[in-house]
Amino acid sequence: MQLSTKLLLSAVAVASTLTTSAVMAQANEQYIGLPSYRVGAYAAGGSGIYGGWIDYMSLVNEQGGVNGVKLTWEECETEYNNARGVECYERMKKKGNLSNTVFQPLSTGITYAVIDKVAADKVPMVTIGYGRTDASDGRVFPWVFPLLTNYWSQNTAKIKFIGQKEGGMDKLKGKKIVNIYHDSAYGKETIGLLDKQAAKYGFTVVHVPVAHPGNEQQAQWLKVRQEKPDWVILRGWGVMNPTAIKAAAKIGFPRDKIVGVWWSGAEEDTIPAGDAAKGLIAAGFNVAGANYPVIKEIQEKVYKKNKGNMEDKARIGSVYYNRGVVHGIITVEAIRTAQAKYGKGAVMNGEQMRWGFENLNIDAKRLKELGAEGFMPDMKVSCLDHEGSGKVKFQQWDGKQWKVISDWIDADKELVRPMIEESAAKYAKEKNITPRDCSKEG
Amino acid sequence: MQFFFEVLIGGLLSGVMYSFIALGFVLIYKASGVFNFAQGAMVFFAALTFVGIMEMGVPFWLALILAFGAMVLLGIATEKIVLRPLVNQPPIALFMATIGLTFFVEGLAQAMWGASVRGLDLGIQDEPIGWILEATDIGVSKFDLFAAGVAAVLVTALALFFQYTRVGRALRAVADDHQAALSIGIPLQNIWRIVWAVAGFVALVAGLLWGARNGVQFALVFTALKALPVLILGGFTSVPGAIVGGLIIGSSEKLAEVYLGSYVGGGIDSWFPYVLALAFLLVRPEGLFGEKHIDRV
Repeated sequence: MQLSTKLLLSAVAVASTLTTSAVMAQANEQYIGLPSYRVGAYAAGGSGIYGGWIDYMSLVNEQGGVNGVKLTWEECETEYNNARGVECYERMKKKGNLSNTVFQPLSTGITYAVIDKVAADKVPMVTIGYGRTDASDGRVFPWVFPLLTNYWSQNTAKIKFIGQKEGGMDKLKGKKIVNIYHDSAYGKETIGLLDKQAAKYGFTVVHVPVAHPGNEQQAQWLKVRQEKPDWVILRGWGVMNPTAIKAAAKIGFPRDKIVGVWWSGAEEDTIPAGDAAKGLIAAGFNVAGANYPVIKEIQEKVYKKNKGNMEDKARIGSVYYNRGVVHGIITVEAIRTAQAKYGKGAVMNGEQMRWGFENLNIDAKRLKELGAEGFMPDMKVSCLDHEGSGKVKFQQWDGKQWKVISDWIDADKELVRPMIEESAAKYAKEKNITPRDCSKEG
Repeated sequence: MQFFFEVLIGGLLSGVMYSFIALGFVLIYKASGVFNFAQGAMVFFAALTFVGIMEMGVPFWLALILAFGAMVLLGIATEKIVLRPLVNQPPIALFMATIGLTFFVEGLAQAMWGASVRGLDLGIQDEPIGWILEATDIGVSKFDLFAAGVAAVLVTALALFFQYTRVGRALRAVADDHQAALSIGIPLQNIWRIVWAVAGFVALVAGLLWGARNGVQFALVFTALKALPVLILGGFTSVPGAIVGGLIIGSSEKLAEVYLGSYVGGGIDSWFPYVLALAFLLVRPEGLFGEKHIDRV
């Protein structure tokens, strides 16, 4: 019975990706195209994030929509594949006479593939915790929003955290950190920054690449054993994470000295590693847990009416699920911000949504109203700063669940911002873009 | 020197893990001359089915039997739907069919059991053996030794099966020439069903061992990539070749990564085995233990 239901659901899901007219947006509905991935290598992450995101939008609809405007959405399966991602982008950028509210591909590769298209099509692109770090400079990238935090910001917060654990930043002098990274553009992104931080604080950093997919890492961890580092930074993705944790256990390296990026800090990374994962630390721009009012409200108003998106309800409150809720909150708050300027109760177009994202201000008071206090950091976006926050918390796996072990730790903006501006300026020169003058933006 | 031995031993033992995947390829190639592109997907399907059944509260051994049953059914269905209509077609047609089969099996596994990543505990810790570590400062994993033991039993059983049973001899005859085998009364369909079932069992064993190490997740399909250089080196038709090839590839990739990797930026263990295998192809195209193919001209 379970098999036939699942097969039927899968068939329906496939059919929906093939039928572009599956969702026809009405005039009083805000249309959101979701380029999701629920099958393939990264389905575990995709199903959690998109599940949380859809559940939050269902909650908003249950509450009457955004000033009366109901949200409507359509999923398009990308399988985390760049070509499919571009196809989904093209398919979803217009629905009738409405433009896609926002394109959030959840993939750095797809982000790069459509980055030139979004400006031409006037579709804002939001990349939370992935994508181009230098897109944080809104003068050069007006249509791209790498919101909350980026890899460089996160990395500086990570070194601050390690400094705290060592008893102060001055105690980092003479320490050794091994950076185990996925051998890809994503993995390599923090190498230059780490080298700068090593020079600034006087620690040694050793970079150890792991080739994709990273399902065998014995050689790399034997190198770690040889180096005898004080800390290991884990910049993994997918199967590379549990493999790294197991390999660390194999050489006897303490897991509470491993600090992962947010793509190395979900239940999907620790559960497969079993007991070996106990003690692992990871950064995150959202926390795990189902005790936050916003999650309780979803359970109360969405799941009790059998309108929830998650098949496995045990995943509600997991790291990826909550990350999806964060995506939902940011999307809805941007619609609300845009409506405040362009008309409450009206459907927003791409340009209006771009303004909404650029003027997004979710402060501590608003987070409390949303039931998300402590759940995600406060943020304030501007023309100059498309990141809007830079804060992360650190969580530790206790063998059963992730526990928050730090307050919000801010990025070292003095170090990161000049690097962002330098890189963005280089991009602007390559693409012949004249950066905006933010003093003239309303 | 002690570190060198640690890398070497670790490499040899991880090579055994590659051999499990290579064995599945060898079995099907031996019996049908088909390079089964779907072997990685079968490993994923087998492990996910086993864990899925266990999650329903079924005890370990019963789950193992049921998962094996599922692999047998998959093998029979493959023979009926995919292979039978392609008898006597060029090998490339069969190869392409197994590519299609790969995507189908991957999708079927996720449709049946969902996309969640699962842990699998076989009760054997993947940690160094204490007394060896204390005496030599060399870490040898209990889990790796267990895997090596399983490999030894499996290879011995398969070698005996191919060498000394009627079915084994029939398998070899079918591999040489489908039509000739049929003409002397060898039941081709039965032979293929048997071999796909045995390959399914090997996939299940490989899935359990790899799943216990890295989690039962989609990435199990990528383990097939590790088996290709093993096959080139060991030969596509030799069971012992799969083991010896695995040992050579496992140890050489680890030694290369540790001692040469830093000179070229690291991360070479993904492509070094392929370079080694290609170099080997130039000298011995049929692999270490492969059958030499001689054509009359």
